[in-house]
This record gives sequence, C-alpha cells and structure tokens, in this order.
Amino acid sequence: MSELKLNPYFGQYGGMFVPQLLVPALKQLEQAYVDALEDPAFHAEFQQLLTEYAGRPTPLTLCRNISPNPLVKIYLKREDLLHGGAHKTNQVLGQALLTKRMGKKEVIAETGAGQHGVATALACALLGLKCRIYMGAKDIERQQPNVFRMKLMGATVIPVTSGSGTLKDAVNEAMRDWSASYDTTHYMLGTAAGPHPFPTIVRDFQKMIGEEAKQQILKAEGKLPDAVIACVGGGSNAIGIFADFIPDEQVKLIGVEPGGKGIETHHHGAALSTGSYGILHGAYTAIMQTTDGQIEESYSISAGLDYPAVGPQHTHLQQIGRAQYVAINDDEALAAFQELAKAEGIIPALESSHALAYALKLAAQATEPTVLLVNLSGRGDKDLAHVHSVLAGGSL
Amino acid sequence: MKRYKQMFSRLQSEQRGAFVPFVTIGDPTPELSFEIIKTLIDAGADALELGIAFSDPIADGPTIQGANIRALAAGVTPAISFDVISKIRAYHPTIPIGLLLYSNLVMARGIDHFYAQAAQAGVDSVLIADVPLHESKLFRQSAIKHDIAPIYIVPPNVDDDDLREIASYGRGYTYLLSRAGVTGAETVAAMPTSELIARIRSYNPAPPLLGFGISTPAHVKDAIQSGAAGAISGSAIVKLIEQYQAEPTVMLAQLKQFVSNMKAAT
Ligand SMILES: Cc1ncc(COP(=O)(O)O)c(C=O)c1O
Repeated sequence: MSELKLNPYFGQYGGMFVPQLLVPALKQLEQAYVDALEDPAFHAEFQQLLTEYAGRPTPLTLCRNISPNPLVKIYLKREDLLHGGAHKTNQVLGQALLTKRMGKKEVIAETGAGQHGVATALACALLGLKCRIYMGAKDIERQQPNVFRMKLMGATVIPVTSGSGTLKDAVNEAMRDWSASYDTTHYMLGTAAGPHPFPTIVRDFQKMIGEEAKQQILKAEGKLPDAVIACVGGGSNAIGIFADFIPDEQVKLIGVEPGGKGIETHHHGAALSTGSYGILHGAYTAIMQTTDGQIEESYSISAGLDYPAVGPQHTHLQQIGRAQYVAINDDEALAAFQELAKAEGIIPALESSHALAYALKLAAQATEPTVLLVNLSGRGDKDLAHVHSVLAGGSL
Repeated sequence: MKRYKQMFSRLQSEQRGAFVPFVTIGDPTPELSFEIIKTLIDAGADALELGIAFSDPIADGPTIQGANIRALAAGVTPAISFDVISKIRAYHPTIPIGLLLYSNLVMARGIDHFYAQAAQAGVDSVLIADVPLHESKLFRQSAIKHDIAPIYIVPPNVDDDDLREIASYGRGYTYLLSRAGVTGAETVAAMPTSELIARIRSYNPAPPLLGFGISTPAHVKDAIQSGAAGAISGSAIVKLIEQYQAEPTVMLAQLKQFVSNMKAAT
C-alpha cells in the first residue's frame, strides 16, 4: 500500500474509516495538498483570493457596551464580515484551488446552516467549477435565504430527507455521491472533521483566523488574551482560531458546543460533552451514540452546530487537557444573539451566539482583569426569519 | 473459516460458481427475517451475506438503506441480530455465514468482544464496509484470533500494492466490487475484464466473489465466466422484501424463485 504523507491521527483520534473505494480519492487529495504547500504559486493565489476577494484580514473589534463586568474586555474576531458571511469562505477558496490542481471540474458539498453551501457556491462560481450541494430537508426550511443564495450563484441544491434531515444526513449523501463520482469530482467537506486528510487541510486553511487575531490583540493589548472562545459544530472555526494559540499554554482555549434544550434532555449536539467515542463519517472521535453504537440525532436551534460528532483534533485537545469544551443551550444563545444586536449593532449567527453567550457568562464571573477573544464566526442574516418565528411563537 | 474452504472445494468439484444472497438481519421483522433467510438457504444459496442494521450506512444506496431503516424501526439490535444468526446456524450447520456491517457497531461492543460474539453465533466471516486496508489491523487480528475470516474489498481501481496485502491478509473470500458507487440494482454491475480477474488471481487471494449491481441470472453467469468464483446479490433481493412486506407468503415464494434462478446460472 502506498504510504500516507501526513499523519491521519491526532493522538488516538482521527483516521480514514471509509470504504476502500474512496481511499485513492483521499490519497489523491492529500498528495495535491502536500504538493500545493510546496508551491509558492499556490500560496500566492490563495493569499490573493483571501485579500482581494474575500476581504481578509478581518477586523478585531473591542466591544464597547456588552461586557457585563468592567474588569473584562471582550474582543470579537469579525469573520462575520468575510465575504459570504462566515469563516467558511476561507477554507473553501483553498479547497477550490486544490480541486483545480487535481484537474477536477465538479464539486460536491454538504451544508447545515447553508454557510458552507454558500461559500462553496461562491468559490465555484468564481473559479468556474460546477457544484451540487446536499442539504437536509429540515435545514432547507430553517435557512431559506441561504438556499436562495446558493441557487443564485449557480449551485444545485439537493434536499436530503433520509434520517433526521440535517447535516449528518447531508454528509452521508455527499459521501455516497462521491463514491461514484470521485474521478471527476472533489468532495469539498465543510468542516475540520471527517476522514483524513480533511481535518488537517481544513484546519490549515482556517488557521489564519488565529494568526491574524493574535497579531491584532498583541497590538491592541500588548499581551495575549486570557481565553479564546469559539463555537464547535464540526470544529472548523474553533480549530482555525485555536491553532496558532495551542503552543501558548497560558491562553485558555474554550470550545462551545450546542446544548440544545439541555444536555440532560438528550436534545443537544454536544458530542464532546457526552464522553462517548466512536466512528462516524470516517473518523474515530467523540460522537453521540446509543450503547449499541447507533448514531443519535443531534438537535440545536442553530443548523450549523446540529451535528452528532466533532473533528478529531478537538477530541484530542480535550483529552490532553489543552482545550476545554462547554455547552450553551438554545435559550442562552438566543439571548446573546439579541444582546449583541442591541449593545453593539452586530447581528451574529446563531452558531457564533453560542460562543458569545459563554464569554458573557465567564465575564460575569471574573474577579480580575480579563481579556476574552471570541470568534464571531458568522453573521446572522441567514437566521433572521428563523429567530423571528421562534421569538414570535414564544417557544423559548 | 473452514466452511468457506469446504464450500469452494465442493463447488470446484461440481464445476460451478457460488451464489451468495445478501439481506439485512431483522428486515422487516426478526421473525420474518428468520423465515426469509431459511428460504434463501432452501432455494440453493451457497453462502449467506447478512447485514446488521446501522443508522448511517454510507456505502449503501436507497434500497439497502430502506432495509436498515425497517430493521431499526422493528427494534432490531446487534444482540437480536446475533440471536437470529445463532438460529440460522442451528438450522444449517455447514453454510458459510458472512457478516457485513459498519465499524461503529464493532467499536461500540469493543473489537475483541464483537468478534468473540460473532464466533459464538456461528459467523464465518466479517466485512466492515468502512474499514479499508490500512485501518484494518486491529479488526483483522481479532478476527483471526476467533477463527473468523476478515474480508477485504477489491475495488475496480485497486493497485498492485493493495492487491498484494489483500491477498496476504484476506481469508474466506475476496469481495470484488463490480463498479464504483454505493449498493443498488439501479446501477448495474460492470463486468470486470478477464484480465483484471486474472491479475487479481495472480496474487493468490481468497476466491473472488463479485458484488454490487448483480440482479439477474445473466449477471451471475457473466461474473463466473470472467473468472469470479461466484456472485453476491443484495439490493435485488431486498427489493422483493420491500415490495411484498405485507404479504409474507408471496414474498417467500418470490424469494425462492429468485434465488433458484440465480443459482441455476452458476
Ligand atoms: C457561522 C457559523 N459558525 C460556525 C459553524 C459551525 O461549523 P464549524 O464548527 O466547522 O466552525 C457554522 C456552520 O455552518 C456557521 O455557519
């Protein structure tokens, strides 16, 4: 067997648990990535797209009003201002360039909130690739504006009705499609999860978030933040902002999972909070499952976090104690969503609202000067109709 | 494992190939599933390939996904599946029984415990759909320890290095994929060229059975003519189960007819 070029494991987590048929496609992707890393032309083009098209670097904003405690400064890394409306655009541009390097002309993607679908659609429109996007039927309903955006940019959106009709099922369908189409088609996975090499590639194509934020906060504060806080769906925005801080042991890394209606209710998407490990979508990692090993359906008010697994590097960071993972419930996220709008004039994505809600909790408890860095992974435009109906219906 | 050897040497002396039907255990209910599997055996199946229902079968198309959903809805668990297998083993002591499932069901019971249970139920081989060659070591070691054949998949795009390893690690039979994609009769089998099978056979792997998209006696005949030791058919059978789930007697009669026609083509 031809050897892998990169380590597929993070400690004991990760791997490449896919049908034999897909192994050559994953190896081809790994090779394309390794080759690209050594090619200055690739870096130059990626950089150019990030700055001139996507709008990097994104600003770092010190909140003026929202901190509940005068001792605490809350900084927001403004991925909501990135073209496309979320951090998803970063890594998609990288993968689109890899697609071209592999000589593939078509792209498949899965999407939950629709943000990865939108990012995929815009990158494909820009770079002349044809794309089809699998999206759970339930998510199509709660993220209508993004469905329309994808279609406007030329993507085909394929509803997935099997299972729970959410992100997990969309990934299943995308993988099924890919097992018949890998010769001509790249699977543009949307988060730092799934089989090797996706967790590594997606992290590397998102780690500019943390690199920029570190420089920006050093400039503003003259020191590193006390904690970096990000929401965790599959884990891409979190690993993107964490990566550059991992060696800085004094900086706390905190991932915020969706607590849904409460961890104790089973209606949540907090894989890392369950302490249960297994294999889903190609990786050995924290997953939500029954004692028999059937995958449980996750739940969250936020479609982008509604996923019963998490990227393997997060499971590893939790296990070695380098990062800590907590859960924020729907109602807390919804409160933070409204609070940021009122206090700062910024409407965050429901996903990002989970990170902010935890930051507000930490801030309220602080007894000494503290600097918190929150990854505001996306903007809330896509959530307006959904939040409006939830608030009007009084279901929370 | 020796049941596969005995089967292949019997078939060799008969100058015939193997016909191996696949169903998901517990589809549509554990009781009817037992009757279904008995019918497959009585109608002439040489070996059985049985699936344990899983929530997220990514290598399966809509037909077998449906079988998984029906079995899970009927409350089928791995424990119930092993019960059904034990009963089948008691019904027929010599037919080779292969299990086909997904890795998380193995992990959840603990790898070694899973293989111990499978051996106890009378299973001869285990194929894990989402464990490729390079992740297979721990599974293979437990399988061998419990005298269960680890089954490897040879996709149409296989390279020589992989073939060499599959030949040295695989036991029982080798699962030859007729085509890319997921399971399903919608996309018919692409017959491998005799050159491909000859190339595979030159590495001396366990006898190759061709699967994916096998739904007619002609497919079975072509598979054997191009050098395969037999053929596996799943979705075509599961479709009959789906179609006649409300009329078990008709279903069993249809399955009997289907299997004997397929076997006749070997
Ligand atoms: C704005 C936003 N943040 C976060 C996420 C969660 O994904 P990840 O954990 O990969 O960052 C999503 C997913 O759609 C998203 O749209």
